Amino acid sequence: MRWIGVALLFGSLLLPPFFAGDFYINLASQILIAAIFALSLNLLVGYGGMTSLGHASYLGVAAYISALLTGRYGFGHGAAALISLSGTVAMAACFGVIALRASGLGFLMITLALSQVLWGLAYRMSNVTNGDNGIAGLTRPAPFGISLESPIAFYWFVLIIATLALVLMATFVSSAFGSSLKGVRDQPRRMAALGFNPWLIRWITFIYAGFWGGVAGLLYVYYHKYIHPSSLSTTSSAEALLGVIAGGSGTLGGPAVGAALVLLLKNYVSAYVERWNMLLGLVFLFIVLVMPAGIVPGISRLVAGLRGKAR
Amino acid sequence: MTTSSTQRALEVIGLKKAFGGMVVTQDVSLKIHPGERRLIIGPNGAGKTTLFNQISGDLRPNSGMIRLFGSDITYLPPYRRAHLGLSRTYQIITLFADDTLEHNVSLGLLGLRPSRWQMWRPMSYYRDLAREARRTLDSVGLLHLADHPISDIAYGEKRRVELAVALAQKPRVLLLDEPLAGLSNTERSTVKALIASIPCDTTVIMIEHDMDTALNLAETVTLLNYGRVIVDGKRDAVIADERTREVYLGA
Repeated sequence: MRWIGVALLFGSLLLPPFFAGDFYINLASQILIAAIFALSLNLLVGYGGMTSLGHASYLGVAAYISALLTGRYGFGHGAAALISLSGTVAMAACFGVIALRASGLGFLMITLALSQVLWGLAYRMSNVTNGDNGIAGLTRPAPFGISLESPIAFYWFVLIIATLALVLMATFVSSAFGSSLKGVRDQPRRMAALGFNPWLIRWITFIYAGFWGGVAGLLYVYYHKYIHPSSLSTTSSAEALLGVIAGGSGTLGGPAVGAALVLLLKNYVSAYVERWNMLLGLVFLFIVLVMPAGIVPGISRLVAGLRGKAR
Repeated sequence: MTTSSTQRALEVIGLKKAFGGMVVTQDVSLKIHPGERRLIIGPNGAGKTTLFNQISGDLRPNSGMIRLFGSDITYLPPYRRAHLGLSRTYQIITLFADDTLEHNVSLGLLGLRPSRWQMWRPMSYYRDLAREARRTLDSVGLLHLADHPISDIAYGEKRRVELAVALAQKPRVLLLDEPLAGLSNTERSTVKALIASIPCDTTVIMIEHDMDTALNLAETVTLLNYGRVIVDGKRDAVIADERTREVYLGA
């Protein structure tokens, strides 16, 4: 039953290129990118119990490095992607050392502060980042000589990477290491007494989440062909966190659903209502009240309840 | 010096710990032989659990030394001590509530294996892990519940899982913090029998309030009060001691 659901969902992801218009295909691409980003944040929030409010750092820094290397210094996309991902991973390793000195609210505040530093730099270091104007005129890569300029081609590209990301992150959380991670989330003291090194387990996860955040950042800059400091802002981090929590943290599908919801609200509602944030807040409130664990766990409980009644 | 200290499973030398102005461990020294069954008693607030927390590494002492089979572990993090053969249980149930009994015990086994760093194979790939976990659950009489989550089972059964997680690690030194706390009489005798059946090459140090039960299990007794060792020695000698009556048994 569960597999039928997964197959249906995946099947529906294959459809847009065949009959949807460019607007919807682009929207679908954006949703997939947001989903990768939310999934990577979920490794921290849902599986590691580390609520970060600075995850946009990884998206933004990967995007900026790639933008600068390709746009200003004439690097090829392959080399630029490699360098920006390595840079992002190295940054995650440093940030992890700082942020993991605390847990809970302290951890949240440190991640927030670090991301604010980067956001400030992107704004003020205008000789490098071009400040509030952002960096425009970027190009998309052409892997194996295939141009990604058309919405359909780009959608396929993002879909392949998103699938890869989902499979690899699912493998990660269900592995023996993933079990250690969940154990450290639930009973850190016990886990240490059993021979696990909680700090190292959290740090490795922090870096891994940073890596996928960086991948989302690359796709983000490829899609928009433009980067602005707002991609590093707290709003950007908070929207992703909102998606993770609304969709259901600690589940695989939840963050993707939550990210889609946030993006759809942003795109659709903002066309009609200026204060779309207000509506987002209301929707979030509704979810928290009706399905405190998130949309995906909420619906699966509902389905299980209905099935139980049918029997 | 080296030969005499390697004969001890656990040695605590002049341990001191204070929280601000409150001294909770005052110059505590213990020498425990391999295979010994040691009972630690004392009134509430005597510093028994604090002593355990320092031995297991959750708390750092202000001064003094802790040796496990001769090697200094005073400042090692808890997980390193686990790899040296130290295992413990908790006074308050500290289990993974949403996971099955089998998974709980498996985590105990995984903690000492290099495969805990495995990032692409699920735990179920390691068949011997599940087999070993089930064998341990069988030894505490809970095999029939192996696939139930912890949140499904009764308190007395959780106490036994708590023990199983530690026993699965085949520790050389096992610290039991009130393993009988809150159990009914029947459950008490079950857990008592379980503790009695712990292999004799495992050194067992136990905090327990239920004197009758605990004294049956222990050969040697240490009485703590206000963070100090008051009496220390063979069971009968400690029970007969004037000071024990004064502090604990109520004069």
